[in-house]
Amino acid sequence: MAEVLVYVDHVDGAVRKPTLELLTLARRLGEPVAVALGNGAADTAATLAEHGAVKVLTHDASEYADYLVVPKVDALQAAHEAVSPAAVLVPSSAEGKEIAARLALRIGAGIITDAVDLEAGDEGPVATQSVFAASFTTKSRVIKGTPVITVKPNSAAVEAAPAAGAVEALAVTFSDKATGTKVTARTPRESTGRPELTEAAIVVSGGRGVNGAENFAIIEALADQLGAAVGASRAAVDAGWYPHTNQVGQTGKSVSPQLYIANGISGAIQHRAGMQTSKTIVAVNKDAEAPIFELVDYGVVGDLFDVVPQLTEEIKTRKG
Amino acid sequence: MSLRIVVTVKYVPDATGDRHFADDLTVDRDDVDGLLSELDEYAVEQALQIADEADDAEVTVLTVGPEDAKDALRKALSMGADKAIHVEDDDLHGTDAIGTSLVLAKAIEKAGFDLVVSGMASTDGTMGVVPALVAERLGVPQVTLLSEVSVEDGTVKGRRDGDAASEQLEAQLPALVSVTDQSGEARYPSFKGIMAAKKKPVESWDLSDLDIEAEEVGLDGAFTKVETADARPARTAGTIVKDEGEGGKQLAEFLAGQKFI
Ligand SMILES: Cc1cc2nc3c(=O)[nH]c(=O)nc-3n(C[C@H](O)[C@H](O)[C@H](O)COP(=O)(O)OP(=O)(O)OC[C@H]3O[C@@H](n4cnc5c(N)ncnc54)[C@H](O)[C@@H]3O)c2cc1C
Ligand SMILES: Nc1ncnc2c1ncn2[C@@H]1O[C@H](COP(=O)(O)O)[C@@H](O)[C@H]1O
Repeated sequence: MAEVLVYVDHVDGAVRKPTLELLTLARRLGEPVAVALGNGAADTAATLAEHGAVKVLTHDASEYADYLVVPKVDALQAAHEAVSPAAVLVPSSAEGKEIAARLALRIGAGIITDAVDLEAGDEGPVATQSVFAASFTTKSRVIKGTPVITVKPNSAAVEAAPAAGAVEALAVTFSDKATGTKVTARTPRESTGRPELTEAAIVVSGGRGVNGAENFAIIEALADQLGAAVGASRAAVDAGWYPHTNQVGQTGKSVSPQLYIANGISGAIQHRAGMQTSKTIVAVNKDAEAPIFELVDYGVVGDLFDVVPQLTEEIKTRKG
Repeated sequence: MSLRIVVTVKYVPDATGDRHFADDLTVDRDDVDGLLSELDEYAVEQALQIADEADDAEVTVLTVGPEDAKDALRKALSMGADKAIHVEDDDLHGTDAIGTSLVLAKAIEKAGFDLVVSGMASTDGTMGVVPALVAERLGVPQVTLLSEVSVEDGTVKGRRDGDAASEQLEAQLPALVSVTDQSGEARYPSFKGIMAAKKKPVESWDLSDLDIEAEEVGLDGAFTKVETADARPARTAGTIVKDEGEGGKQLAEFLAGQKFI
């Protein structure tokens, strides 16, 4: 059976959820061979094996942390040469897309980004994408070279599928371009203890209607009752009420949770672009004409300062 | 020595308009109003600021696109760029990201550059890969997705706010940077700027000027193929209630019914 390369996104050996989703999709196309790079690379093997990786190619070098993108491209290219896979799958993070694009160019292949589904087709993998702020759904194929496809978080279920997961050292020779962009300092993000925005099953967002940084406590309280991640509109981020890393939309994160709750958000096209594929959408907005109501499964026309705390209390009561 | 900055800007269909596909499944650029991609305004802004800081600098804006794409160049010129290059050729219709990066890289090389400044993503394709591809082709460092950027003594520095960490990056010129919408509000063209832009040079190049064969670009040269494009079915109208004191509880009831609580 053909092998499919899966690029592993991990933090010091802890595999992030989107990579496990990729393994589910990869198994539809062939036998997943994972590529894990950098500090803790070998520690990823057990988890990857549980989810279907037949092999885990690992390599650690200081270059992965010290220089931007290119060392990882060099390594993925080495893995491509070693394996001759039927496809290369990469998580659709900002960095993932850059790595995938440069790899595609080097191996003379086409690239598809931000797939939300993948199926095996007669002529290679068929990728589903959601475009123009999710107003269209397209199906596309790479027609030259090994298909390189980046896949968005929450595009498939994580499935247990035990496989060998044999660890093999990947031989990597860095190109002379590998050290072009130096990372001179790195400040890790502080953990909030809440789920990762792009990975969360539920996202509770606040917009301009929240009217102040301190009021985001109301949004956070609801999120915590639901075990949700917190999102924000650009208006709330630009006002300095919430960090940009939590922005949902075209220039923020694109999310596709089971449930999205928009509070005090009007639903501008650029915001929709990042949340329209959510399975269930709920909004609280005091303006009955707000465009967000066109998207909702359930909407409450009302003041979020009344509705949201009442909702939070009610959930607390119901949970007992 | 003068600092030569090339800014890549894309002319895109207006996101607030009714964007759709043409019969050949390329983005329909005829029936929708176009404009300079808002995310590329940030690139023009940062290029102008870097040029202001330098002793001597020249900012060239470059676009690959149809006739109307000149509008995007005019806007960038009226913001303060010095000159413009428009790559236009009928054979470019349907070019994908790999092909676009080829055309941009050849044009940037022909123009001559020390620094390329791109936007974080185009507002139509939203792939966010063209800058990385152009850097790969040019063989220069990619210093991308910066929310802060500066150039001093032949070194470009910037801050990249990633998912897991915020990173300080550094590279030697020549280099390519891309900037995000967090890099600073883009200026509005002044009346003087708009008048001055009318007199600024706009060069037009076609594929032969760049030694690119027609087969390398366009639908024929594409590495990917869109097989189907369907309008997303309208969401079935949801339930909307007016809060009359019980809105939160009603919402909780809905969520419980959906098994979220
Ligand atoms: C290139 C570009 C990229 C962009 N990228 C993004 C992006 O990634 N993400 C994003 O979100 N936006 C983005 N935007 C901005 C977008 O166009 C909107 O300006 C933004 O989404 C508006 O945020 P908002 O809905 O919070 O604010 P508003 O549009 O001001 O809406 C606030 C809403 O809150 C309601 N409200 C007020 N008070 C209350 C209350 N007490 N109770 C209940 N409801 C209340 C109001 O009725 C209103 O509907 C982008 C714009 C551009 C040009
Ligand atoms: N046709 C084009 N002409 C000029 N610049 C472009 C073009 N396409 C993409 N770019 C540049 O590449 C960036 C990212 O585009 P994309 O990868 O298409 O999302 C844009 O912000 C532009 O700076």
